[in-house]
Amino acid sequence: MSAREQWIAFLTIVTREVRRFLRIWPQTLLPPAITISLYFVIFGNMIGSRVGEMGGFDYMAYIVPGLIMMSVIQNSYGNVVSSFFSTKWQHSIEEMMVSPMPSHVILLGFVVGGMVRGILTGLIVTLLSLFFTELRMEHAWITVLVVVLTALLFSLGGFLNALFARKFDDIAIVPTFILTPLTYLGGVFYSIDLLPDFWRAVSMANPILYMVNSFRFGVLGVSDVNVTVSLLAIAGFVAGFFVLALWLLYRGTGIRG
Amino acid sequence: MTALAIRDLAKIYGDHTHALRGIDLDVEEGEFFALLGPNGAGKSTTIGIISSLVNKTRGRVEILGHDLDRERPLAKKRIGVVPQEFNFNQFEKVYNILVTQAGYYGIPAHIARERTEKYLRQLGLWGKRDVPSRELSGGMKRRLMIARALVHEPELLILDEPTAGVDIELRRSMWEFLTGLNEQGKTIILTTHYLEEAESLCRRIAIIDHGTIVENTDMKSLLEKLHVETFILDVSTPLNEVPVVDGFTMRLRDAETLEVDVPKSHSLNRVFIELERQGIAVLSMRNKANRLEELFMHLVERNLPDEQAVDTGEVSA
Repeated sequence: MSAREQWIAFLTIVTREVRRFLRIWPQTLLPPAITISLYFVIFGNMIGSRVGEMGGFDYMAYIVPGLIMMSVIQNSYGNVVSSFFSTKWQHSIEEMMVSPMPSHVILLGFVVGGMVRGILTGLIVTLLSLFFTELRMEHAWITVLVVVLTALLFSLGGFLNALFARKFDDIAIVPTFILTPLTYLGGVFYSIDLLPDFWRAVSMANPILYMVNSFRFGVLGVSDVNVTVSLLAIAGFVAGFFVLALWLLYRGTGIRG
Repeated sequence: MTALAIRDLAKIYGDHTHALRGIDLDVEEGEFFALLGPNGAGKSTTIGIISSLVNKTRGRVEILGHDLDRERPLAKKRIGVVPQEFNFNQFEKVYNILVTQAGYYGIPAHIARERTEKYLRQLGLWGKRDVPSRELSGGMKRRLMIARALVHEPELLILDEPTAGVDIELRRSMWEFLTGLNEQGKTIILTTHYLEEAESLCRRIAIIDHGTIVENTDMKSLLEKLHVETFILDVSTPLNEVPVVDGFTMRLRDAETLEVDVPKSHSLNRVFIELERQGIAVLSMRNKANRLEELFMHLVERNLPDEQAVDTGEVSA
């Protein structure tokens, strides 16, 4: 396929992915808006007013970056894992496999589709947060870079999960038992400085902590971790996940007899 | 040019099942070719490998001169596949399924839209373009898969049981459509369990059984291998005993229906002349079974273990 043909094929998958999540917006865009609004009301307004300051900021202002990242992570991952698995389950993946599209075009199409939903959901949550607190932007480029890299990483994660999944239970296990606990324990609602040494050290092994804190650094200018190290680590994971997903897709793991 | 060339193609599944045992097959450009065989013979595995849905164990596949391993994108562009099972997005609209498929081949949007309209109209689905595919009838879904396989205008079209579960009227119209495509120059390979379909559409045929090609010839030569054909005659007056005609074996199915085995070397005229001489008028005549079916059963039974040889009624991919 020529570069132009590959570009058309890539845009076709992205368009298909965006059309899919827009068509079912009550399942894809509305729930995170409602859930995060509840977090704002309950944790930010009702409980947050009693917590006082955290990291030198209002509790509401402190948790907003974490909640935005939480929605980006969950929706990037959720979009790719459900869309790719349902494509496998309905066998419509065969439409792509019989076509001349190279593996990297298929992978990038799904991943970018997931990123679009993750970032769009993040924007919706950001707009909602304006009803509850004022948003600052200390380091705009870092903010954008962290969101894009995180959406990319979790879209790739969702793709890998869907490649190996054989039944619908398999695509629910990782978000429920791994992603959600790691997100909740990743410094969304608190600074790890509040934790005892042991749990602080354990928290440092949580990759989501680095994403949340890097994003918080971009928005508020404060972080529990070294942002440069975080960005390099996220980029490293992105490269590793991309190569692994591409190799598995090329081999036809989970999709070819 | 050879549209499809297969050499020493083998597939061994993980549980050591030999689905294909090194088959060779050539289909020339412009042919209407049938690939037949009983369940589990290896037809769908062969089609799966050609369409890149199944990894082969060894062997070589060339599509219109392009090696599937070395020039995969070029080979894939020239082939269209209509699978046996519905494999489109059940929630997507008919129109979008075709436009999206064209996009996967890198076809610009305006051309994709033109072709989508062309093939949806040709297959009688234009009125259903905005309907989610899951709401289509079985026959419409089959036609949708044919339209989808044509949207990138391949030179080689492979159909895996395209008329399964389709009513007679629609089946006839699909035959006409496929014949028209073949007359326009498209090479067509089909698997079917309607042997009448293979006999009336295809000029060449291969029969695969237990992962081996047991017959690969033109339809005429194949049918010539049939030494005896059985006809059923409806007679005007009830018969009390079986008429005797020298050189032919006859049996009574009931008093007014006669079954006659006619060797290839004998003229059927002799049966009519002899019966008329005995005062028996024949009202109508038909084949007991499709000729190809008889031959197929014979070829496949030869390869079956004894306990399976009695149950070869079903022929499918």
